[in-house]
Amino acid sequence: MRKTLAEKIWADHIVSSAANEPDLLYIDLHLIHEVTSPQAFDGLRLANRPVRRPDLTIATEDHNVPTLNIDQPIADPVSKLQVDTLRANCKEFGVRIHSLGDSQQGIVHVVGPQLGITQPGMTIVCGDSHTSTHGAFGALAFGIGTSEVEHVLATQTLPLIRPKTMAINVEGTLKEGVTSKDIILAIIAKIGTGGGQGYVLEYRGSAIRALSMEGRMTVCNMSIEAGARAGLIAPDETTFAYVKDKPHAPQGADWDVAVAYWKTLQTDADAIFDKEITINADELEPFVTWGTNPGQGSPLNALVPNPADIADAEERGAAERALTYMGLVAGTPLKSITVDTVFLGSCTNGRIEDLRAAAEILKGKKIASSLRLLVVPGSAKVRVQAESEGLDKIFLDAGAEWRNAGCSMCLGMNPDQLKPQERAASTSNRNFEGRQGKGGRTHLVSPLVAAATALRGTLSSPADL
Amino acid sequence: MEKFLTHSGTAIPLRRSNVDTDQIIPAVYLKRVTKSGFEDGLFSAWRSDPEFVLNKPEYAGATILVAGPDFGTGSSREHAVWALQNYGFKVVLSSRFADIFRGNSQKAGLLTVILPQEVIEEIWQGIESDPKLAITVDLEAKNVRFGSATHAFQIDDYTRWRLMEGLDDIGLTLKKIDEVSAFESNRAPYKPKTLPALQ
Repeated sequence: MRKTLAEKIWADHIVSSAANEPDLLYIDLHLIHEVTSPQAFDGLRLANRPVRRPDLTIATEDHNVPTLNIDQPIADPVSKLQVDTLRANCKEFGVRIHSLGDSQQGIVHVVGPQLGITQPGMTIVCGDSHTSTHGAFGALAFGIGTSEVEHVLATQTLPLIRPKTMAINVEGTLKEGVTSKDIILAIIAKIGTGGGQGYVLEYRGSAIRALSMEGRMTVCNMSIEAGARAGLIAPDETTFAYVKDKPHAPQGADWDVAVAYWKTLQTDADAIFDKEITINADELEPFVTWGTNPGQGSPLNALVPNPADIADAEERGAAERALTYMGLVAGTPLKSITVDTVFLGSCTNGRIEDLRAAAEILKGKKIASSLRLLVVPGSAKVRVQAESEGLDKIFLDAGAEWRNAGCSMCLGMNPDQLKPQERAASTSNRNFEGRQGKGGRTHLVSPLVAAATALRGTLSSPADL
Repeated sequence: MEKFLTHSGTAIPLRRSNVDTDQIIPAVYLKRVTKSGFEDGLFSAWRSDPEFVLNKPEYAGATILVAGPDFGTGSSREHAVWALQNYGFKVVLSSRFADIFRGNSQKAGLLTVILPQEVIEEIWQGIESDPKLAITVDLEAKNVRFGSATHAFQIDDYTRWRLMEGLDDIGLTLKKIDEVSAFESNRAPYKPKTLPALQ
């Protein structure tokens, strides 16, 4: 039978398979952070089990860590305990860790690709739902819970039920000012937050092929927001070129062997997906969410929708609740919405290309006096790179705050939070109620829209400048 | 893990769709390094509203949560499952669960049962008119019973067996560890290793 890309990677990792049981799948790489691992390490200790493959495991500190004064002890004692627990666990079990202050510290999904340990054809897991990011390399990568973290630590495998496959064809050419973030927000708005449940998504088509690796990571990152545990893109020359110079890339003759295998990682021409949808890239506009789930989004030029126009009763109710929470009135032009905070960062849009794109718009200008702009690089390495290009100066001169690396305001676990009713344009991935701080209101946007919004003070695209 | 065969109790109607795991337990509550004590954070933003269903005295002591579609979307945090269990829930009923949340619940022993939305609506109406309505969730018979109604549900045989036996997944996999070793001996040598650390 002809196979899709996801089915090929799955087949290549089956350790054992039996009727009426999940397949036991081998895991090539396990990424760890401080929030979802402590109880898993505790479980190992209780059962007197070692980490089976420390050499396929790597940890970083990201969710909880401050982005200011990182040379000082972490002020919040509960956060400090969690970070200290990770450090002690990694030491006890022999796991490599990149701690706060280390040159490779950063958001786990930025660190993997920049080290070159994210490669095509791998199975990659992490106790974080945005592990789907690594699918951009043609890897099968997905988030897991803490019980599964413990399972992978102990056995380097996971019992899993084979998912269905969905092709998302994005054909055409993006207009100026439209980015990979707008592609994925449009996809989620089309299929809904539950549309991908039970599926692995494969993003295909000319508009996907034209994206850089970082753009592809942005798309795959938000697969989970469409309900899919994993999303991936077949590797090509863009992928190989990105991996080639990374520290853990295959070397010498291994490189040629690896690339020869990676080139086979394509969906067969006559393979059949369980579902297919098509998006016309030519028609896409800069996108923004107006509600409290990532499927509640519209083109920036649209109006806040009227729930009364929504046929489905469940969705109508959700839209009514969302508008109340967001403090929005149906029929208001989205571009007239005033924003208090702009957050540029996260595993979705905290990479160097994201910072460059925003800096180009902000260069020589000042942000609106009414708002704050928080720029949080995705990793310490991204921060150093940005500084070597002078981007930090551009941000600071524009009136932004230039922070250290971490998840920061994406989930508001560290001190970077919105206040009640504070409104943000955020390049992150979730506009859930209270996600960025209790009572905070989030509009998800691309880095370009974030930068334009910071200058004008209202939701804006670069074309409005 | 405790064996799960059948559970009888009263239920709480949560008439909301897309209840994401940030609502079930916000990130600020995720800093504990144990699996207990998360009940304080359960639905914490909504619990400040006295009208929220969990605050209504008539539903006190309920052990079954009856939720709207797409329950448990978003973050992979298993703390969401622990918070529900720590609060006292044994079962969640919904017409659709997010994949990661459902997987986590099955690992941790919180039974998640999928029922058609019209059945969820029927249960909502039943418990709203009688908050003390007894509901039985029978994993052995694969059905949910209340009053004179019986509704069958589907669950894969493997998960059902594991939950009914209270089996630990890791123990089951370790029985196949020779197969894991055999697989490892055939892995391509160019596959990356995190050690030694190259930068």
